[in-house]
Amino acid sequence: MTDKPLTIGFIPLVDAAALIVAVDKGFTVAEGLDVTLVREVSWSNVRDKLNIGLFDAAHLLAPVAIASSLGLAQVKVPIIAPFNLGLNGNAITVSPALHAAIMAEAEGDAVNPLVTAKALARVVTLRRKTGAEPLTFGMTFPFSTHNYQLRFWLAAGGIDPDEDVRLVVLPPPYMVDSLANGHVDAFCVGAPWNSIAVDFGVGHILHFVSDILARAAEKVLAVRERWAQENPLVLAKLTRALGRAADFVEQLENRAEVARILAKPERIGVDAEVVQRTLDGRLKVSPDGTFRESDRYLLVGREGAGRPDPVQAAWLYAQMVRWGQAAYSSDALAAAKKVFRPDLYDAALGSPAGVLSNIHDGLGAFTGANFNASDIASYLSSLAIKRRPV
Amino acid sequence: MAADSSFKIVIVDESPIRAAILKEGLQEAGFTSVEHISEMHSLLARIYALDPDVILIDLENPSRDVLEQMFQVSRAVRRPIAMFVDQSDATSIQEAVEAGVSAYIVDGLKKERIKPILDLCISRFNAFAKLQDELDRTRSALEERKILDRAKGILMKMKGLTEDEAYVLMRSTAMREKKKIGEIAQSIITAAELLK
Repeated sequence: MTDKPLTIGFIPLVDAAALIVAVDKGFTVAEGLDVTLVREVSWSNVRDKLNIGLFDAAHLLAPVAIASSLGLAQVKVPIIAPFNLGLNGNAITVSPALHAAIMAEAEGDAVNPLVTAKALARVVTLRRKTGAEPLTFGMTFPFSTHNYQLRFWLAAGGIDPDEDVRLVVLPPPYMVDSLANGHVDAFCVGAPWNSIAVDFGVGHILHFVSDILARAAEKVLAVRERWAQENPLVLAKLTRALGRAADFVEQLENRAEVARILAKPERIGVDAEVVQRTLDGRLKVSPDGTFRESDRYLLVGREGAGRPDPVQAAWLYAQMVRWGQAAYSSDALAAAKKVFRPDLYDAALGSPAGVLSNIHDGLGAFTGANFNASDIASYLSSLAIKRRPV
Repeated sequence: MAADSSFKIVIVDESPIRAAILKEGLQEAGFTSVEHISEMHSLLARIYALDPDVILIDLENPSRDVLEQMFQVSRAVRRPIAMFVDQSDATSIQEAVEAGVSAYIVDGLKKERIKPILDLCISRFNAFAKLQDELDRTRSALEERKILDRAKGILMKMKGLTEDEAYVLMRSTAMREKKKIGEIAQSIITAAELLK
Protein backbone atom coordinates (compact mmCIF):
# COMPACT_ATOMS: atom_id res chain seq x y z
CA MET A 1 0.00 0.00 0.00
CA THR A 2 1.23 3.46 -0.85
CA ASP A 3 0.64 6.43 1.45
CA LYS A 4 -0.41 9.79 0.11
CA PRO A 5 2.36 11.45 -1.90
CA LEU A 6 4.95 13.48 0.00
CA THR A 7 6.66 16.64 -1.21
CA ILE A 8 10.08 17.31 0.28
CA GLY A 9 12.19 20.40 -0.35
CA PHE A 10 15.98 20.43 -0.54
CA ILE A 11 18.87 22.74 -1.35
CA PRO A 12 21.48 21.36 -3.78
CA LEU A 13 24.24 20.48 -1.31
CA VAL A 14 26.14 17.25 -0.66
CA ASP A 15 24.66 16.98 2.84
CA ALA A 16 21.27 16.26 1.25
CA ALA A 17 22.88 12.91 0.32
CA ALA A 18 20.78 10.65 2.55
CA LEU A 19 17.57 12.29 1.38
CA ILE A 20 18.41 12.21 -2.33
CA VAL A 21 19.70 8.63 -2.16
CA ALA A 22 16.64 7.53 -0.16
CA VAL A 23 14.42 8.69 -3.02
CA ASP A 24 16.59 7.99 -6.07
CA LYS A 25 17.73 4.52 -4.92
CA GLY A 26 14.20 3.52 -3.97
CA PHE A 27 14.53 3.25 -0.18
CA THR A 28 11.39 5.39 0.16
CA VAL A 29 9.49 3.29 -2.37
CA ALA A 30 10.51 0.16 -0.44
CA GLU A 31 8.76 1.71 2.58
CA GLY A 32 5.63 2.33 0.48
CA LEU A 33 6.25 6.06 0.21
CA ASP A 34 5.74 8.17 -2.90
CA VAL A 35 8.17 11.09 -2.49
CA THR A 36 8.76 14.01 -4.82
CA LEU A 37 11.87 16.07 -4.17
CA VAL A 38 11.71 19.78 -4.96
CA ARG A 39 14.95 21.67 -5.46
CA GLU A 40 14.89 25.12 -3.84
CA VAL A 41 16.96 28.27 -4.23
CA SER A 42 16.93 29.72 -0.71
CA TRP A 43 16.62 28.64 2.91
CA SER A 44 13.90 31.24 3.33
CA ASN A 45 11.85 29.44 0.68
CA VAL A 46 12.44 26.03 2.25
CA ARG A 47 11.43 27.33 5.67
CA ASP A 48 8.32 29.16 4.45
CA LYS A 49 7.09 26.34 2.23
CA LEU A 50 7.55 23.90 5.11
CA ASN A 51 5.84 26.24 7.56
CA ILE A 52 2.76 26.84 5.42
CA GLY A 53 2.41 23.20 4.40
CA LEU A 54 3.51 23.26 0.76
CA PHE A 55 6.25 20.84 1.83
CA ASP A 56 5.59 17.86 4.09
CA ALA A 57 9.25 17.72 5.07
CA ALA A 58 12.49 19.47 4.22
CA HIS A 59 16.29 19.32 4.19
CA LEU A 60 16.81 22.21 6.57
CA LEU A 61 19.58 24.00 8.42
CA ALA A 62 19.42 22.72 12.00
CA PRO A 63 19.35 26.27 13.47
CA VAL A 64 16.43 27.27 11.21
CA ALA A 65 14.37 24.42 12.67
CA ILE A 66 15.11 25.79 16.14
CA ALA A 67 14.51 29.44 15.20
CA SER A 68 11.18 28.52 13.61
CA SER A 69 10.14 26.61 16.73
CA LEU A 70 11.05 29.58 18.94
CA GLY A 71 9.48 32.16 16.62
CA LEU A 72 12.75 34.04 16.08
CA ALA A 73 12.62 36.60 13.25
CA GLN A 74 9.64 34.83 11.68
CA VAL A 75 6.26 33.37 12.44
CA LYS A 76 6.41 30.67 15.10
CA VAL A 77 5.86 27.21 13.70
CA PRO A 78 7.03 24.30 15.88
CA ILE A 79 9.31 22.04 13.88
CA ILE A 80 10.80 18.71 14.86
CA ALA A 81 13.74 16.75 13.51
CA PRO A 82 13.64 12.94 13.78
CA PHE A 83 16.74 12.48 11.62
CA ASN A 84 20.02 14.33 11.35
CA LEU A 85 21.08 14.41 7.70
CA GLY A 86 24.70 15.13 8.52
CA LEU A 87 27.36 16.20 10.99
CA ASN A 88 30.03 18.70 9.87
CA GLY A 89 30.61 19.04 6.11
CA ASN A 90 31.37 22.77 5.97
CA ALA A 91 34.70 24.44 5.36
CA ILE A 92 36.21 27.89 5.61
CA THR A 93 37.75 29.07 2.35
CA VAL A 94 39.85 32.24 2.06
CA SER A 95 41.15 34.23 -0.90
CA PRO A 96 44.79 33.68 -1.92
CA ALA A 97 45.65 37.16 -0.59
CA LEU A 98 44.10 36.55 2.81
CA HIS A 99 45.64 33.09 2.90
CA ALA A 100 49.10 34.59 2.38
CA ALA A 101 48.47 37.23 5.04
CA ILE A 102 47.35 34.64 7.60
CA MET A 103 50.29 32.34 6.83
CA ALA A 104 52.71 35.25 7.27
CA GLU A 105 51.35 35.83 10.79
CA ALA A 106 50.81 32.20 11.81
CA GLU A 107 52.89 30.97 14.72
CA GLY A 108 52.54 27.20 14.70
CA ASP A 109 50.67 24.61 12.68
CA ALA A 110 48.00 26.30 10.56
CA VAL A 111 45.77 23.22 10.83
CA ASN A 112 45.14 24.37 14.41
CA PRO A 113 42.24 26.87 14.31
CA LEU A 114 43.64 28.74 17.31
CA VAL A 115 46.84 29.46 15.36
CA THR A 116 44.92 30.80 12.34
CA ALA A 117 42.40 32.75 14.44
CA LYS A 118 45.19 34.55 16.30
CA ALA A 119 47.05 35.18 13.04
CA LEU A 120 43.84 36.55 11.54
CA ALA A 121 43.42 38.86 14.55
CA ARG A 122 46.86 40.31 13.79
CA VAL A 123 45.90 40.75 10.13
CA VAL A 124 42.74 42.59 11.24
CA THR A 125 44.76 44.91 13.50
CA LEU A 126 47.29 45.62 10.75
CA ARG A 127 44.53 46.44 8.30
CA ARG A 128 42.93 48.82 10.76
CA LYS A 129 46.25 50.63 11.24
CA THR A 130 46.65 51.12 7.50
CA GLY A 131 43.05 52.26 7.11
CA ALA A 132 42.09 49.27 4.93
CA GLU A 133 38.46 48.16 4.69
CA PRO A 134 37.41 45.53 7.24
CA LEU A 135 37.59 41.93 5.97
CA THR A 136 34.30 40.50 4.72
CA PHE A 137 33.20 36.92 5.43
CA GLY A 138 30.36 35.24 3.57
CA MET A 139 28.02 32.74 5.20
CA THR A 140 24.71 31.25 4.16
CA PHE A 141 22.01 32.44 6.54
CA PRO A 142 21.64 34.33 9.84
CA PHE A 143 20.43 31.12 11.52
CA SER A 144 23.07 28.83 10.10
CA THR A 145 25.80 26.63 11.43
CA HIS A 146 28.14 28.49 9.05
CA ASN A 147 27.42 31.75 10.84
CA TYR A 148 28.03 30.23 14.29
CA GLN A 149 31.10 28.23 13.24
CA LEU A 150 32.75 31.32 11.74
CA ARG A 151 31.89 33.41 14.79
CA PHE A 152 33.13 30.75 17.20
CA TRP A 153 36.49 30.58 15.40
CA LEU A 154 36.87 34.37 14.99
CA ALA A 155 36.00 35.08 18.63
CA ALA A 156 38.46 32.43 19.84
CA GLY A 157 41.24 34.47 18.25
CA GLY A 158 40.01 37.67 19.91
CA ILE A 159 38.10 39.03 16.89
CA ASP A 160 34.66 40.50 17.51
CA PRO A 161 32.66 39.20 14.53
CA ASP A 162 30.29 42.18 14.58
CA GLU A 163 32.83 44.93 15.19
CA ASP A 164 36.14 43.88 13.63
CA VAL A 165 34.99 42.20 10.41
CA ARG A 166 31.86 42.09 8.26
CA LEU A 167 29.72 38.97 8.08
CA VAL A 168 27.36 38.90 5.12
CA VAL A 169 24.81 36.40 3.87
CA LEU A 170 25.52 35.04 0.41
CA PRO A 171 23.54 32.37 -1.42
CA PRO A 172 25.90 29.35 -1.81
CA PRO A 173 25.92 29.45 -5.64
CA TYR A 174 27.23 33.07 -5.48
CA MET A 175 30.08 32.31 -3.06
CA VAL A 176 32.78 31.44 -5.58
CA ASP A 177 32.07 34.45 -7.82
CA SER A 178 32.02 36.76 -4.83
CA LEU A 179 35.42 35.50 -3.68
CA ALA A 180 36.83 35.81 -7.20
CA ASN A 181 35.69 39.40 -7.69
CA GLY A 182 36.63 40.53 -4.19
CA HIS A 183 33.15 41.06 -2.73
CA VAL A 184 34.22 38.77 0.11
CA ASP A 185 37.64 37.78 1.44
CA ALA A 186 36.52 34.43 2.79
CA PHE A 187 33.44 32.28 3.29
CA CYS A 188 32.08 29.34 5.23
CA VAL A 189 29.83 27.06 3.17
CA GLY A 190 29.02 23.40 2.60
CA ALA A 191 30.09 21.18 -0.27
CA PRO A 192 30.64 21.43 -3.17
CA TRP A 193 31.36 25.19 -3.10
CA ASN A 194 34.69 25.15 -1.25
CA SER A 195 36.11 22.61 -3.69
CA ILE A 196 34.85 24.60 -6.66
CA ALA A 197 36.62 27.74 -5.38
CA VAL A 198 39.86 25.76 -5.07
CA ASP A 199 39.44 24.23 -8.54
CA PHE A 200 38.97 27.70 -10.02
CA GLY A 201 42.14 28.82 -8.27
CA VAL A 202 40.37 31.61 -6.36
CA GLY A 203 40.46 30.15 -2.86
CA HIS A 204 42.32 28.08 -0.29
CA ILE A 205 40.42 25.84 2.11
CA LEU A 206 41.76 27.03 5.45
CA HIS A 207 39.74 24.81 7.77
CA PHE A 208 37.38 21.92 7.70
CA VAL A 209 34.64 22.67 10.19
CA SER A 210 35.60 19.43 11.90
CA ASP A 211 38.80 21.28 12.97
CA ILE A 212 36.58 23.67 14.94
CA LEU A 213 33.93 21.29 16.27
CA ALA A 214 34.31 17.52 16.07
CA ARG A 215 30.54 16.95 15.95
CA ALA A 216 28.42 19.80 14.62
CA ALA A 217 24.79 19.14 13.66
CA GLU A 218 24.40 20.50 10.16
CA LYS A 219 21.18 19.74 8.26
CA VAL A 220 18.17 17.89 9.59
CA LEU A 221 15.08 16.33 8.13
CA ALA A 222 12.52 18.83 9.37
CA VAL A 223 8.74 18.37 9.64
CA ARG A 224 6.04 20.40 11.34
CA GLU A 225 5.32 19.06 14.81
CA ARG A 226 1.63 18.97 13.98
CA TRP A 227 2.21 17.04 10.79
CA ALA A 228 4.32 14.56 12.75
CA GLN A 229 1.48 14.06 15.22
CA GLU A 230 -1.00 13.50 12.40
CA ASN A 231 1.24 11.20 10.36
CA PRO A 232 3.31 9.14 12.82
CA LEU A 233 3.51 6.05 10.61
CA VAL A 234 4.53 7.97 7.50
CA LEU A 235 7.21 9.77 9.49
CA ALA A 236 8.55 6.48 10.86
CA LYS A 237 8.74 5.06 7.33
CA LEU A 238 10.53 8.15 6.07
CA THR A 239 12.98 8.03 8.97
CA ARG A 240 13.67 4.37 8.28
CA ALA A 241 14.28 5.05 4.58
CA LEU A 242 16.73 7.82 5.51
CA GLY A 243 18.53 5.53 7.94
CA ARG A 244 18.97 2.89 5.22
CA ALA A 245 20.09 5.52 2.72
CA ALA A 246 22.62 6.98 5.18
CA ASP A 247 24.11 3.49 5.67
CA PHE A 248 24.23 3.06 1.91
CA VAL A 249 26.04 6.40 1.48
CA GLU A 250 28.67 5.40 4.04
CA GLN A 251 29.59 2.08 2.38
CA LEU A 252 32.86 2.68 0.56
CA GLU A 253 31.89 0.47 -2.37
CA ASN A 254 28.78 2.65 -2.97
CA ARG A 255 30.56 6.00 -2.96
CA ALA A 256 31.04 6.31 -6.71
CA GLU A 257 27.39 5.49 -7.34
CA VAL A 258 26.24 7.93 -4.65
CA ALA A 259 28.41 10.64 -6.18
CA ARG A 260 26.83 9.97 -9.60
CA ILE A 261 23.32 10.16 -8.13
CA LEU A 262 24.02 13.45 -6.35
CA ALA A 263 25.82 14.95 -9.35
CA LYS A 264 22.81 14.71 -11.68
CA PRO A 265 21.62 18.05 -13.06
CA GLU A 266 18.26 17.86 -11.31
CA ARG A 267 19.94 17.17 -7.95
CA ILE A 268 23.16 19.09 -7.22
CA GLY A 269 24.35 19.52 -10.79
CA VAL A 270 28.14 19.41 -10.44
CA ASP A 271 30.92 16.95 -11.33
CA ALA A 272 30.58 13.58 -9.61
CA GLU A 273 34.30 13.73 -8.79
CA VAL A 274 33.81 16.90 -6.71
CA VAL A 275 30.96 15.26 -4.80
CA GLN A 276 33.03 12.18 -4.15
CA ARG A 277 35.88 14.21 -2.64
CA THR A 278 33.44 15.48 -0.01
CA LEU A 279 32.02 12.05 0.73
CA ASP A 280 35.55 10.64 1.06
CA GLY A 281 36.70 13.57 3.21
CA ARG A 282 39.68 14.01 0.90
CA LEU A 283 39.70 17.56 -0.43
CA LYS A 284 42.00 19.57 -2.61
CA VAL A 285 42.68 22.52 -0.31
CA SER A 286 44.96 24.64 -2.45
CA PRO A 287 45.04 25.56 -6.14
CA ASP A 288 48.58 24.09 -6.21
CA GLY A 289 47.02 20.64 -5.82
CA THR A 290 47.65 19.98 -2.12
CA PHE A 291 45.13 17.53 -0.69
CA ARG A 292 44.01 17.12 2.91
CA GLU A 293 42.16 14.21 4.41
CA SER A 294 39.91 13.92 7.43
CA ASP A 295 37.67 11.03 8.39
CA ARG A 296 35.44 13.56 10.18
CA TYR A 297 34.90 15.89 7.22
CA LEU A 298 31.27 14.87 6.68
CA LEU A 299 29.50 12.21 8.74
CA VAL A 300 26.30 11.00 7.12
CA GLY A 301 25.56 7.82 9.03
CA ARG A 302 28.74 6.85 10.86
CA GLU A 303 29.18 7.25 14.64
CA GLY A 304 25.43 7.60 15.11
CA ALA A 305 25.45 10.80 13.06
CA GLY A 306 21.86 10.30 11.94
CA ARG A 307 20.50 10.26 15.49
CA PRO A 308 19.54 13.82 16.52
CA ASP A 309 21.36 14.89 19.67
CA PRO A 310 19.55 17.48 21.87
CA VAL A 311 22.99 18.60 23.12
CA GLN A 312 23.61 19.91 19.61
CA ALA A 313 20.30 21.79 19.67
CA ALA A 314 21.29 23.34 23.01
CA TRP A 315 24.64 24.42 21.55
CA LEU A 316 22.92 26.08 18.59
CA TYR A 317 20.50 27.89 20.89
CA ALA A 318 23.45 29.01 23.03
CA GLN A 319 24.99 30.57 19.91
CA MET A 320 21.74 32.41 19.17
CA VAL A 321 21.85 33.86 22.69
CA ARG A 322 25.57 34.61 22.48
CA TRP A 323 25.17 36.65 19.30
CA GLY A 324 22.03 38.49 20.32
CA GLN A 325 19.52 36.66 18.11
CA ALA A 326 17.58 35.25 21.07
CA ALA A 327 17.01 36.19 24.69
CA TYR A 328 17.98 33.52 27.20
CA SER A 329 15.29 31.63 29.06
CA SER A 330 15.26 28.12 30.46
CA ASP A 331 11.92 27.53 28.70
CA ALA A 332 13.39 28.47 25.34
CA LEU A 333 16.39 26.20 26.00
CA ALA A 334 14.03 23.32 26.77
CA ALA A 335 11.99 24.10 23.64
CA ALA A 336 15.15 24.18 21.51
CA LYS A 337 16.30 20.80 22.81
CA LYS A 338 12.91 19.30 22.05
CA VAL A 339 13.31 20.10 18.35
CA PHE A 340 15.76 17.21 18.08
CA ARG A 341 13.90 13.92 18.56
CA PRO A 342 16.17 10.92 19.17
CA ASP A 343 13.09 9.09 20.51
CA LEU A 344 11.49 9.14 17.05
CA TYR A 345 14.77 8.01 15.50
CA ASP A 346 15.00 5.12 17.96
CA ALA A 347 11.37 4.13 17.41
CA ALA A 348 11.94 3.91 13.66
CA LEU A 349 15.47 2.54 13.49
CA GLY A 350 16.26 1.14 16.92
CA SER A 351 18.70 2.83 19.28
CA PRO A 352 22.32 2.52 18.18
CA ALA A 353 24.24 -0.09 20.14
CA GLY A 354 27.39 0.70 22.07
CA VAL A 355 29.60 3.77 22.09
CA LEU A 356 29.60 5.37 18.66
CA SER A 357 31.70 8.40 19.41
CA ASN A 358 34.40 9.29 21.92
CA ILE A 359 33.51 12.99 21.89
CA HIS A 360 32.42 13.16 25.51
CA ASP A 361 30.57 16.50 25.56
CA GLY A 362 28.92 15.78 22.21
CA LEU A 363 30.67 18.68 20.46
CA GLY A 364 34.46 18.56 20.80
CA ALA A 365 35.18 22.26 20.32
CA PHE A 366 38.84 23.12 19.63
CA THR A 367 38.99 25.58 22.50
CA GLY A 368 37.10 26.68 25.58
CA ALA A 369 35.24 24.89 28.33
CA ASN A 370 33.38 21.63 27.76
CA PHE A 371 29.82 22.30 26.71
CA ASN A 372 27.14 21.62 29.30
CA ALA A 373 23.71 21.49 27.68
CA SER A 374 21.86 21.80 30.98
CA ASP A 375 23.74 24.93 32.08
CA ILE A 376 24.36 27.11 29.07
CA ALA A 377 24.22 30.26 31.23
CA SER A 378 27.55 29.53 32.88
CA TYR A 379 28.95 28.35 29.55
CA LEU A 380 28.04 31.71 28.03
CA SER A 381 29.39 33.74 30.93
CA SER A 382 32.77 32.05 30.41
CA LEU A 383 33.02 33.59 26.93
CA ALA A 384 34.72 36.95 26.56
CA ILE A 385 33.22 38.10 23.26
CA LYS A 386 29.44 38.06 23.05
CA ARG A 387 26.56 40.40 22.24
CA ARG A 388 24.35 39.99 25.23
CA PRO A 389 24.93 39.27 28.92
CA VAL A 390 23.01 36.23 30.22
CA MET B 1 -6.43 54.68 -0.43
CA ALA B 2 -5.05 58.12 -1.12
CA ALA B 3 -2.54 57.97 1.72
CA ASP B 4 -1.17 54.68 0.42
CA SER B 5 0.23 56.33 -2.67
CA SER B 6 3.06 57.57 -0.49
CA PHE B 7 4.20 53.99 0.17
CA LYS B 8 7.65 53.35 -1.11
CA ILE B 9 7.70 49.95 -2.76
CA VAL B 10 10.81 48.13 -3.95
CA ILE B 11 10.57 45.21 -6.40
CA VAL B 12 13.51 42.79 -6.35
CA ASP B 13 13.27 40.69 -9.50
CA GLU B 14 15.80 39.48 -12.05
CA SER B 15 13.11 39.27 -14.72
CA PRO B 16 12.73 42.73 -16.25
CA ILE B 17 9.45 41.82 -17.95
CA ARG B 18 7.77 40.63 -14.78
CA ALA B 19 9.09 43.62 -12.85
CA ALA B 20 7.65 45.93 -15.51
CA ILE B 21 4.27 44.20 -15.33
CA LEU B 22 4.26 44.56 -11.54
CA LYS B 23 5.42 48.13 -11.57
CA GLU B 24 2.78 49.13 -14.08
CA GLY B 25 0.04 47.45 -12.04
CA LEU B 26 1.13 49.10 -8.83
CA GLN B 27 1.32 52.48 -10.46
CA GLU B 28 -2.13 52.06 -12.00
CA ALA B 29 -3.39 51.30 -8.50
CA GLY B 30 -2.01 54.61 -7.31
CA PHE B 31 1.35 53.62 -5.82
CA THR B 32 3.56 56.18 -7.41
CA SER B 33 6.82 55.36 -5.70
CA VAL B 34 7.86 51.97 -7.09
CA GLU B 35 11.51 51.08 -7.70
CA HIS B 36 12.93 47.99 -9.38
CA ILE B 37 16.25 46.41 -8.34
CA SER B 38 17.66 43.79 -10.72
CA GLU B 39 21.35 43.88 -9.77
CA MET B 40 21.90 41.52 -6.83
CA HIS B 41 25.41 42.63 -5.95
CA SER B 42 24.26 46.06 -4.89
CA LEU B 43 21.02 44.77 -3.38
CA LEU B 44 21.62 45.78 0.23
CA ALA B 45 23.11 49.16 -0.58
CA ARG B 46 20.19 49.99 -2.89
CA ILE B 47 17.60 48.94 -0.32
CA TYR B 48 19.30 50.95 2.42
CA ALA B 49 19.34 53.97 0.16
CA LEU B 50 15.68 53.64 -0.85
CA ASP B 51 14.42 52.81 2.68
CA PRO B 52 11.19 51.24 1.41
CA ASP B 53 7.97 50.52 3.28
CA VAL B 54 7.41 47.30 1.39
CA ILE B 55 9.86 44.97 -0.36
CA LEU B 56 8.59 42.49 -2.94
CA ILE B 57 10.93 39.72 -4.02
CA ASP B 58 10.31 36.82 -6.37
CA LEU B 59 10.64 33.41 -4.77
CA GLU B 60 13.10 32.14 -7.37
CA ASN B 61 15.63 34.71 -6.24
CA PRO B 62 18.35 33.20 -4.02
CA SER B 63 18.95 36.67 -2.59
CA ARG B 64 15.89 36.24 -0.40
CA ASP B 65 18.30 34.85 2.19
CA VAL B 66 20.30 38.07 1.99
CA LEU B 67 17.21 40.06 2.94
CA GLU B 68 16.73 37.88 6.02
CA GLN B 69 20.06 39.06 7.35
CA MET B 70 19.33 42.66 6.54
CA PHE B 71 16.24 42.54 8.72
CA GLN B 72 18.28 41.05 11.55
CA VAL B 73 21.20 43.40 11.68
CA SER B 74 20.00 46.52 9.98
CA ARG B 75 19.76 49.80 11.74
CA ALA B 76 18.89 51.66 8.57
CA VAL B 77 15.98 49.51 7.47
CA ARG B 78 13.46 48.88 10.20
CA ARG B 79 12.60 45.29 11.01
CA PRO B 80 9.91 43.56 9.00
CA ILE B 81 6.86 42.57 11.00
CA ALA B 82 6.39 39.31 9.16
CA MET B 83 6.15 37.77 5.77
CA PHE B 84 2.96 39.33 4.34
CA VAL B 85 0.77 39.14 7.40
CA ASP B 86 0.45 37.19 10.59
CA GLN B 87 -0.17 33.48 10.88
CA SER B 88 -3.94 33.86 10.95
CA ASP B 89 -3.93 34.66 7.26
CA ALA B 90 -2.37 31.43 6.03
CA THR B 91 -4.45 31.35 2.82
CA SER B 92 -3.13 34.60 1.50
CA ILE B 93 0.44 33.55 2.33
CA GLN B 94 -0.10 30.31 0.48
CA GLU B 95 -1.61 32.04 -2.55
CA ALA B 96 1.30 34.43 -2.71
CA VAL B 97 3.89 31.69 -2.38
CA GLU B 98 2.21 29.59 -5.04
CA ALA B 99 2.21 32.56 -7.38
CA GLY B 100 5.92 33.02 -6.63
CA VAL B 101 5.98 36.29 -4.77
CA SER B 102 7.23 37.07 -1.32
CA ALA B 103 6.59 40.39 0.36
CA TYR B 104 8.37 41.84 3.34
CA ILE B 105 6.61 44.58 5.13
CA VAL B 106 8.78 46.92 7.03
CA ASP B 107 7.59 48.00 10.47
CA GLY B 108 4.72 50.38 10.90
CA LEU B 109 2.24 49.16 8.30
CA LYS B 110 -1.09 47.62 9.11
CA LYS B 111 -1.87 44.37 7.39
CA GLU B 112 -5.13 45.73 5.95
CA ARG B 113 -3.09 48.28 4.06
CA ILE B 114 -0.71 45.72 2.61
CA LYS B 115 -3.46 43.37 1.44
CA PRO B 116 -4.32 45.30 -1.77
CA ILE B 117 -0.64 45.41 -2.74
CA LEU B 118 -0.27 41.72 -2.16
CA ASP B 119 -3.48 40.84 -4.03
CA LEU B 120 -2.37 42.94 -6.94
CA CYS B 121 1.03 41.26 -6.99
CA ILE B 122 -0.48 37.79 -6.91
CA SER B 123 -2.73 38.54 -9.88
CA ARG B 124 0.13 40.16 -11.79
CA PHE B 125 2.45 37.24 -11.05
CA ASN B 126 -0.22 34.84 -12.28
CA ALA B 127 -0.70 36.94 -15.41
CA PHE B 128 3.04 36.76 -16.05
CA ALA B 129 3.07 33.00 -15.52
CA LYS B 130 0.24 32.64 -18.07
CA LEU B 131 2.12 34.77 -20.56
CA GLN B 132 5.27 32.72 -20.05
CA ASP B 133 3.30 29.53 -20.45
CA GLU B 134 1.78 30.69 -23.74
CA LEU B 135 5.18 31.72 -24.98
CA ASP B 136 6.63 28.31 -24.10
CA ARG B 137 3.74 26.53 -25.80
CA THR B 138 4.11 28.59 -28.97
CA ARG B 139 7.81 27.91 -28.96
CA SER B 140 7.41 24.14 -28.58
CA ALA B 141 4.67 24.10 -31.24
CA LEU B 142 7.07 25.81 -33.64
CA GLU B 143 9.78 23.36 -32.68
CA GLU B 144 7.49 20.38 -33.36
CA ARG B 145 6.49 21.91 -36.69
CA LYS B 146 10.13 22.01 -37.74
CA ILE B 147 10.68 18.39 -36.74
CA LEU B 148 7.57 17.28 -38.63
CA ASP B 149 8.71 19.08 -41.76
CA ARG B 150 12.16 17.51 -41.62
CA ALA B 151 10.73 14.03 -41.06
CA LYS B 152 8.27 14.52 -43.93
CA GLY B 153 11.14 15.54 -46.18
CA ILE B 154 13.08 12.39 -45.29
CA LEU B 155 10.08 10.12 -45.98
CA MET B 156 9.32 11.86 -49.26
CA LYS B 157 12.88 11.42 -50.43
CA MET B 158 13.48 7.87 -49.23
CA LYS B 159 10.08 6.37 -50.05
CA GLY B 160 9.08 8.57 -52.93
CA LEU B 161 5.92 9.80 -51.20
CA THR B 162 4.00 13.03 -51.61
CA GLU B 163 3.89 15.43 -48.70
CA ASP B 164 0.35 14.35 -47.77
CA GLU B 165 1.22 10.66 -47.96
CA ALA B 166 4.26 11.19 -45.72
CA TYR B 167 2.14 12.96 -43.14
CA VAL B 168 -0.57 10.26 -43.22
CA LEU B 169 2.08 7.57 -42.76
CA MET B 170 3.49 9.29 -39.70
CA ARG B 171 0.06 9.90 -38.24
CA SER B 172 -1.11 6.32 -38.66
CA THR B 173 2.17 5.00 -37.21
CA ALA B 174 1.73 7.29 -34.23
CA MET B 175 -1.79 6.04 -33.65
CA ARG B 176 -0.79 2.41 -34.01
CA GLU B 177 2.13 2.76 -31.57
CA LYS B 178 0.20 5.06 -29.22
CA LYS B 179 2.84 7.76 -29.49
CA LYS B 180 2.79 11.43 -30.33
CA ILE B 181 3.37 12.29 -33.97
CA GLY B 182 6.30 14.46 -32.81
CA GLU B 183 7.99 11.41 -31.29
CA ILE B 184 7.58 9.42 -34.51
CA ALA B 185 9.00 12.32 -36.52
CA GLN B 186 11.95 12.55 -34.14
CA SER B 187 12.71 8.83 -34.45
CA ILE B 188 12.63 9.11 -38.26
CA ILE B 189 15.19 11.92 -38.08
CA THR B 190 17.34 9.97 -35.61
CA ALA B 191 17.18 6.82 -37.75
CA ALA B 192 18.02 8.78 -40.91
CA GLU B 193 21.06 10.30 -39.20
CA LEU B 194 22.25 6.87 -38.02
CA LEU B 195 21.86 5.46 -41.52
CA LYS B 196 23.70 8.32 -43.20
